[in-house]
Amino acid sequence: MLGLENIWLVPILPLIGAIVNGLFGKFMSKSSVTLWAVGSTGLSFFIAVIAFLNLLSLDARDRVFEKILFTWIQAGSFTAQAGIQIDPLSAIFLLIVTGVGFLIHVYSIGYMSHEEGYARYFAYLNLFMFSMLLLILGNNFLLMFIGWEGVGLCSYLLIGYYYEKDSASNAGKKAFVMNRIGDFGFLLAIMWIFWTFGSIDYTTVFPSASQVLPAGGFAVTGITLLLFLGATGKSAQIPLYTWLPDAMEGPTPVSALIHAATMVTAGVYMVTRCNALFNLAPTSMIVVALIGAATALFAATMGLYQNDIKRVLAYSTVSQLGYMFLACGVGAYVAAVFHVMTHAFFKACLFLGSGSVIHGMSGEQDMRQMGGLKSKMPITHMTMLISALAISGIPIFAGFFSKDEILLSAFLGHTKGNLVYWILATVAAAVTAFYMFRLYYMTFSGELRAEDQHVRDHVHESPNVMTVPLIILAFGAAFAGFLGLPIIEGGHALNNFLGPVFHTPGAPEHPHASLGLELFLMGFSVSVAVLGILVARHFYYVRPEAATEMAAKGGFIKTVYTTLQNKYYIDEIYDVVIVKPVVSFSRSFLWKIFDVKIVDGFVNSIASFVTDLSSLLRKSQTGMVRNYALAMALGGVFFVGLWILALGN
Amino acid sequence: MASIPVPDISLGAIAPEITLALTAVVALMLEVFAEKKGRDHIAYISLVGVIVACFITFRLAGDPSWTTFSGLYVVDRFGQFFKLICLLGTGMTILVSVKYNKDEGIDNGEYYALLLFATSGMLFMVSGSDMITIFMGLEVMSISLYALAGYTRKRARSNEASVKYFILGSLSTAFLLYGIALIYGSTGSTQIDIIAKAVSSGSGVEAVLDLGIVMLMIGFAFKVSAVPFHMWTPDVYQGAPTPVTAFMSAGPKAAAFAAFFRVFNVAFPSLQADWWVIIWILAVATMTVGNVIALLQNDVKRMLAYSSIAHAGYILVGFVAGGALGSSAIMYYMLVYTFMNIGAFAIVTVVGRKGEEKTKFSDFTGLGYRYPLMAVALVIFLFSLAGIPPTAGFVGKFYIFMAALKHGYVYLAVIGVVNSVISIFYYLRLSVMMYMQDEPGEDLPPLVFAPSLIAVMIVAIYGSLWLGIMPAGYISFAQSAFLAL
Amino acid sequence: MLTINHFLALSAILFVIGVVGVLTRRNVIVIMMCIELMLNAVNLTFISFAYYLGDMTGHVFVFMVMAVAAAEAAVGLAIVMALFRNRETVDVDRVSLLKH
Repeated sequence: MLGLENIWLVPILPLIGAIVNGLFGKFMSKSSVTLWAVGSTGLSFFIAVIAFLNLLSLDARDRVFEKILFTWIQAGSFTAQAGIQIDPLSAIFLLIVTGVGFLIHVYSIGYMSHEEGYARYFAYLNLFMFSMLLLILGNNFLLMFIGWEGVGLCSYLLIGYYYEKDSASNAGKKAFVMNRIGDFGFLLAIMWIFWTFGSIDYTTVFPSASQVLPAGGFAVTGITLLLFLGATGKSAQIPLYTWLPDAMEGPTPVSALIHAATMVTAGVYMVTRCNALFNLAPTSMIVVALIGAATALFAATMGLYQNDIKRVLAYSTVSQLGYMFLACGVGAYVAAVFHVMTHAFFKACLFLGSGSVIHGMSGEQDMRQMGGLKSKMPITHMTMLISALAISGIPIFAGFFSKDEILLSAFLGHTKGNLVYWILATVAAAVTAFYMFRLYYMTFSGELRAEDQHVRDHVHESPNVMTVPLIILAFGAAFAGFLGLPIIEGGHALNNFLGPVFHTPGAPEHPHASLGLELFLMGFSVSVAVLGILVARHFYYVRPEAATEMAAKGGFIKTVYTTLQNKYYIDEIYDVVIVKPVVSFSRSFLWKIFDVKIVDGFVNSIASFVTDLSSLLRKSQTGMVRNYALAMALGGVFFVGLWILALGN
Repeated sequence: MASIPVPDISLGAIAPEITLALTAVVALMLEVFAEKKGRDHIAYISLVGVIVACFITFRLAGDPSWTTFSGLYVVDRFGQFFKLICLLGTGMTILVSVKYNKDEGIDNGEYYALLLFATSGMLFMVSGSDMITIFMGLEVMSISLYALAGYTRKRARSNEASVKYFILGSLSTAFLLYGIALIYGSTGSTQIDIIAKAVSSGSGVEAVLDLGIVMLMIGFAFKVSAVPFHMWTPDVYQGAPTPVTAFMSAGPKAAAFAAFFRVFNVAFPSLQADWWVIIWILAVATMTVGNVIALLQNDVKRMLAYSSIAHAGYILVGFVAGGALGSSAIMYYMLVYTFMNIGAFAIVTVVGRKGEEKTKFSDFTGLGYRYPLMAVALVIFLFSLAGIPPTAGFVGKFYIFMAALKHGYVYLAVIGVVNSVISIFYYLRLSVMMYMQDEPGEDLPPLVFAPSLIAVMIVAIYGSLWLGIMPAGYISFAQSAFLAL
Repeated sequence: MLTINHFLALSAILFVIGVVGVLTRRNVIVIMMCIELMLNAVNLTFISFAYYLGDMTGHVFVFMVMAVAAAEAAVGLAIVMALFRNRETVDVDRVSLLKH
C-alpha cells in the first residue's frame, strides 16, 4: 500500500510532528516530544525508501510519477496544479533529506538533551523537514518556492535559536537579508517563466522550453540568471555566501542538517531541476561554472586560518557547494547530484563529529584549545578521519569519486574557459586537503591544550545516541562512492538512474576521455590531495611548533640566522613562499576586504539606507493636521500640473 | 392626456442597504427603549442584519448587470462581490467589538447603528452608477466613520483621531465634489456611462474635464489612503478604538476602491493612456512609503496602519494593470486582506487590554509561550500580510503582480516585489518578538478570549490560510465577477 | 455682461480661499468654516453649469451637497465639543499626540 501513491505522506508526517510539538510541546514530556519528532521523521524515511524501491522497479522511461492533489489557481489561461512529483532526481534528494534528516534527529536527542526549549527545537526541525520535502517533491515552481521560503524561515529561526546571544540573532538577520535578495531573484524568475510559458508546472515548462525560448536568447538567459541568483543566496555562493559561516551560531546538528547536508543544496537541486532551461543559456552556464569554481577556491582559502572548528567546516561547505555548481555549469548534472549525495554523508558526519567534540569539550569550539582527543574520543576520531579522507578526495572514499568526476567534466567540458575551472578546482582540492587535516591534527593529535581544568577533566566520548548516527554517516562517507564507479562502462549506477532526467534538448554531449587521460587526471588530483595532507601533517603533527614559532619570530636578521642555523629551513620557505602569502591574502583581502567590506558592506549599506530613509520619512508625519492638509494640497497641485503639462494630450 | 413617465424604481435592488438601515434604526430604538437585558442583544441583532443583507446580496441576480432608479444604481456581480467584502468586514467587526465595548464601557446601540449606517453607505457607493449615488454613499460612510473614530470620546487619542479624520476627510470631500462639478460641467451629466460617451466623443471642454478628473482622483486617493494623501491614516488608525480601526481598514477601503475602479474604468476608459501614469506613480509611492516607514514603528497599531497604506499600494498595482485580470486580482486581494487584517486587529484588541495601553511591540514579547494558539494565529495573519507562502496573502500578491506583468507593467511588478521583500522585515520582527522570552516584570492578569473573538479568529484563519492553499474557487468567483466594460 | 466664465472664476477663487484657510488657520471652527466655503464654491460651480447646460442634475446635486454639509457640520461640531472637553483647546496645532 505504501507505494508511490502515498508519497504525499512523506512531507505531511514531519508537518504533523511540527504542529504537535509546536503547539503542545510545552505541555508534553521530553520523551513524547522525541517520539513525535523522531518518529514522524523516521516513518517518513521509511515511506521514502519504499517509494524509491517502487520507482526502481519501474521501467527506466516511466520513472516519473506525478500526482495532482488539487487545482491551486485557475485564472483564465493560467493554471497551477498543486501536486507531488517524483522522478529519479527528486528520489535521490528525497532519500538524502529523509535519511540524513532522520539520523540528525536521532543525534539531536543526545545533543540537545541539556538545552532549554527542547520541543521548540524539534518543532522547528520538523517544520524544516516538511518545507525541504515540499521543495523537492513539488510539481511546479510555486510549490518549490513555498518550500524554499519555508526552509529559509526555519533556518532563520534555528540560527537565532540561542537568541539571547547577540551574535546569534545578528547572524540570523544576516542570513535573512541575504536570502531575501536571492529569493527576490527566484520570484522574479518564476513570474518571468509564467509570463513566457503561461504555466509554472514542470511538465508544461520543461518539455516546451526549447520550442518557446530561443536558445541563448535574452529571455532564457535572464530567467536562468535570476534563478541562479536565487541559488547563490540559498546555497551560499559568491557574492551571497557570507551568511553561512555566521550561521554556525545555531546548534551543531542544525549546521549539519540545514547548513551542510540539505538546505544549502536546494540551489543545486533547483539548477539541476531546471537543466532544460540552463542548457539553452550558454552564457548562464558560464556564469554558473565560473562562480562555482571561484567560490570553491575562495572559500577553501578562507578556511585556512579559521580557528573555530565549525567555521572551518562552514567555509568548507561553501567551497564544496562551489564544486557542485561548477559541475552544473559544465553540464555534468549527474556529477553535481553525486557530489550532493557524498557531501551529505561526509559533511554531516564532520559536523556531527565536531558537535561531538564540542559536546565533549564542554562547549569549546576553538581548535587551539583542543588536541589529543584521539584516545579520549575514539569513535568520533575514527568517523571524522574517514570523512576527512573522503572530503580530501582520497581513493575508495566517497568524495574521491564525485570530486574526480567533477574535475574530469571540467577538464573535458566544451564550455569556454574549462581549463581555468579545472585549475581553480584542482588548487581548491589541495587547499581542502590541507585545511581538513589541519583541523584533524589540531583536534585529535598531540596534547590537550585546554587551560580550563574543568574542561580537561570532563572530556568524554559522546553517548551512543550520538555516536551511532556518526558511524552510519561515516559508513556512507566511506562507501557511497561506489554508486558512481568511473571508467567501468555501466558501472555508474547513478548515471544510469539519473540519466533520463537530464536528457533535454541542448544538453551537452559528454565527451569520453581516453582511459589513459582519465587515469592520469585521477592520479593527478589524488597526488595533489595527498600533498595537501602531507603539508598539514608536517605543520600540525610532525612539527606543531613550526607554525607557532614562525608566528613568534623576532627581527629579520635573527630570523634569517636562526632559519639558516636550524633545520626548519624548509618550513620557512614554505611559509614565506606559500603559506604566508596565501594566508595573509586570505586574511587581509578575502576576509577583511572582500568578505567584510565588499559583500557585507554592500548588504549592510542597503539595510542602513532603507532605515535612514525610514526615519527621514517618519519625520514627515509631524502630527500636525495642517501639514497633512498641505501635503494633500501639494500632491493635488503636482498631479494637476503633471496632467496638464505632460499628459492630457 | 400627457402621461407622466415614472422612473423605474426597484426596491429589491437596494434591499441589502434597506436591511442594514432598518437594522440600524432598530438598534437605536432598542438602545433608547429596551430594558438592560434587551440592550445586550443589540450586537447580535446587528449581526443578524448583516447576515440577512449578505444573503440578499447573494440572491440578487447581477448577471447580466441591470440599472434602476433612472440609472443611479447598478446591480452587477462586480458590485456584489465588493458588497460581500464590506459585509464580511462589518460582521467580523461586530464580533470583535462585543467584548471590547463592554470592557471600555461603550457598549451602546449607537455604536452598532453607526457601523451599519456606514456599511449601507459603502454598499450604495459600490453600486452607484451615478456620481450622486457614489457621493451620497461616500458621505454616509465617512460621516459615520468620523463619529466612530472618536467613539471613546474621553480618550484624548481617539478624540484627536476623529478631529484629524474629520478635517482632512471634509477637505478631500470638497476636492472630490469640485471634481464632480467640473466633470458635470464639461460633459453635461453625472451618470458615469453618459460621461463616458461624452468623453470619448470629445464633446466636452477639455481643460475643465482634465482638472475635474484629477480632483476626483484626489478625493478617491484620500479614501484609499494613497501617498501623498495618506497622512491621516497612521494617526487615525492608531487613535481610533481598535475594532473601529479594523473596520476602517477593510470595508471602507474596499468600497472606495470599487467606486474608484468603476468610475475610472467606466467613465474614462478612453483616457486610460493618460491616467494610468498617475495611478502608477500613486502605486509606487504608496507601496514604498508605507513599507519604508513601517520598518521603524514601535506601536503595533501604527505599524499595521502603515502596512495598510502599503497594501493600498499593491491594490493600486492591480488597478494600473486593469482589465479582467487586474480587477479580479483586486477583488481577490481585498477579500484576503479583509480576513487577515481584521484578524490581526482582533488580536491587538485582546493584547492591548483595557484602555489600549499595551499595543507596543514590546508588549508582545513572550506571548508565543503563554498563548501559543493566539500567537500562531497572529503569525498566520502577519505572514499572510507579508505575502509568505502558503498563505492567502502570497497568492493575492502573486496574482496582482502577475496581472501587472501580463499587461506589460514590468517595472511596476518588480518594484512591487522589492517592496514585499522589504515588508517581510517588520512583520517578521513582530512574529519573532512573540517567541522571545519576556522579562519577568509586572504581573498582568491573563488575557481573556471571548467566544465572539474566537469566532472571528477562526474565520480569519480560515480566510488567510485556506484561501492560500485552495484559492481556485475564490479566484474563479472573482473572475466571473470582474467589471464588464 | 456676465458669462459662465465669471461664475467659474468666482467659484474657483472661493475654493482656493477655502483651501488656503484650511492650511493657515489654527482654530478648528474657522477651519470648518473654510471647508464650508469650499463646499459652497462647489455649489456655485454646479449651479452655474446647471444653468448654462439647462440641466436639472446640477440643482439636485446642490441640494445633496447642502444636506451633506449640514450633517457634516453637526458631526464636526460634536467632535470639536468632545475635543474641547478633553483638552480645553480648539487649536489644531496643539492636537498632535499621534505622530511619526
